[in-house]
Amino acid sequence: MTQLLAALRKEWLLQSRAFAALLAVLVFGATALLLFSFAVGPNYDLLRGNAPGFLWLALLLSSTLTLAESFQAEMEHRALEGQLLLPATATAVYYAKALANWAQLTVLGIAMVPLMVALYDATMPRPLALLGIIALGAAGLSAPGTLYAAMTQQARSRQTLLPLLLFPLVVPVLIAAVKATSLLMLGDPMGQVWSWTLLLVAFDAIHWSLCGLLFGRVVED
Amino acid sequence: MADPSRPSPVPGPGAGFAFMGLGASLLAAGSYLGLFVAPRESYMGDVYRIMYAHVPTAWNTMLAFTFAFGAALAFLLSANFKWDARHEAAVEVGVVMAGLLCLQGSIWARPTWGVWWDWDPRLTTTAVMFFAFVGILALRRFVEDPVKRATWSAVATIIAYADVPIVYYSVRWWNSLHQMQSSPETVSAVFVIPLRTNAFGVLFFMTGLITLRTRIASLRLRQEMAPPLPEPAPVLAPGAAR
Repeated sequence: MTQLLAALRKEWLLQSRAFAALLAVLVFGATALLLFSFAVGPNYDLLRGNAPGFLWLALLLSSTLTLAESFQAEMEHRALEGQLLLPATATAVYYAKALANWAQLTVLGIAMVPLMVALYDATMPRPLALLGIIALGAAGLSAPGTLYAAMTQQARSRQTLLPLLLFPLVVPVLIAAVKATSLLMLGDPMGQVWSWTLLLVAFDAIHWSLCGLLFGRVVED
Repeated sequence: MADPSRPSPVPGPGAGFAFMGLGASLLAAGSYLGLFVAPRESYMGDVYRIMYAHVPTAWNTMLAFTFAFGAALAFLLSANFKWDARHEAAVEVGVVMAGLLCLQGSIWARPTWGVWWDWDPRLTTTAVMFFAFVGILALRRFVEDPVKRATWSAVATIIAYADVPIVYYSVRWWNSLHQMQSSPETVSAVFVIPLRTNAFGVLFFMTGLITLRTRIASLRLRQEMAPPLPEPAPVLAPGAAR
């Protein structure tokens, strides 16, 4: 636990010094949200109906940028090896990094919501529930994303490889998050939002435990 | 920690070709029974006969990925590179079979459902599984170090395999256009015999392919892990100062 707290403190320092990078990713996400509307045209009914999908696609695309850079500092001067020699357990390093990525993606998701409301004329009757779905969806992206980022950071063509590995894997997250967001925004007469939330919780539980277990094998030399 | 110095035995090609020969014979017999002996199906007519290729491909794709998962797990536990070679072979053959599965499904979907592709959960998850394992093949291609390549792709396979049960059970979890799994109790014997013959045919043919591909992977691993050749001694010109 002490190691996890120390690793989290390091992540906080790294994140607070890279605020400009987070802002750049947010601008990227906002641009993606703007561009999606060109695929549908200026039809407000269509835009409103597709808004949850556009929000999650923008967050997914943005996540590849933040995740791909998340191990950049650790790879410089073999800092990751240094941490493991301290000794910090690989599990503590993984969970601190995954939690930092989760926080970053949740902030990005929340920041994109007002843009979505403005651009697509979307309604938001249950903001707190939407916040919960964004947090669960971001957790589903960050757990496998952090593991794959650690691998691809050390491989050739990492910008191609990370989405190639991550996108097929997080399809259940995307489907469940889009469905749940749609139900929250457009109405849920059959009370289905809980079943999709449950799918998100199950995916998160499996991947947060499995990836934490396997991370040690990825960073060992 | 994987030890690259442990030599992996390289199997000969004989067993692979024998399995493929046996598989091809069974496939020929099963296809003959399915095309010429089995009667027409009352609702779909002759179109249903693609089932004799499609269903065995589906079963064996699952088997190939299950074997890849087992090989990945065995590699992580034993650090023996013979499991890495088997893992590579199973993923590659599994990807080819999953591609064939999507293609056969499309050929079947057009006359029965009226479209080449439907966003049915089973079709979608099969396509997702195909792309997930293609990603693992790409990962193997982009990592030069054999130890990292073997470990990382084994980890990625274990995570991607979590998708396979979702594919299998998706028909039960969601209402879908795709038919539910049949059992021998619900299908007449005249349909079951060619289906089972072809299923074993595809199984043996696939086993042959995996065996041969394992051999290629083992030979490449042996070459990659061979110690570097000694530097040649410098040739001195006659009369040069020593």
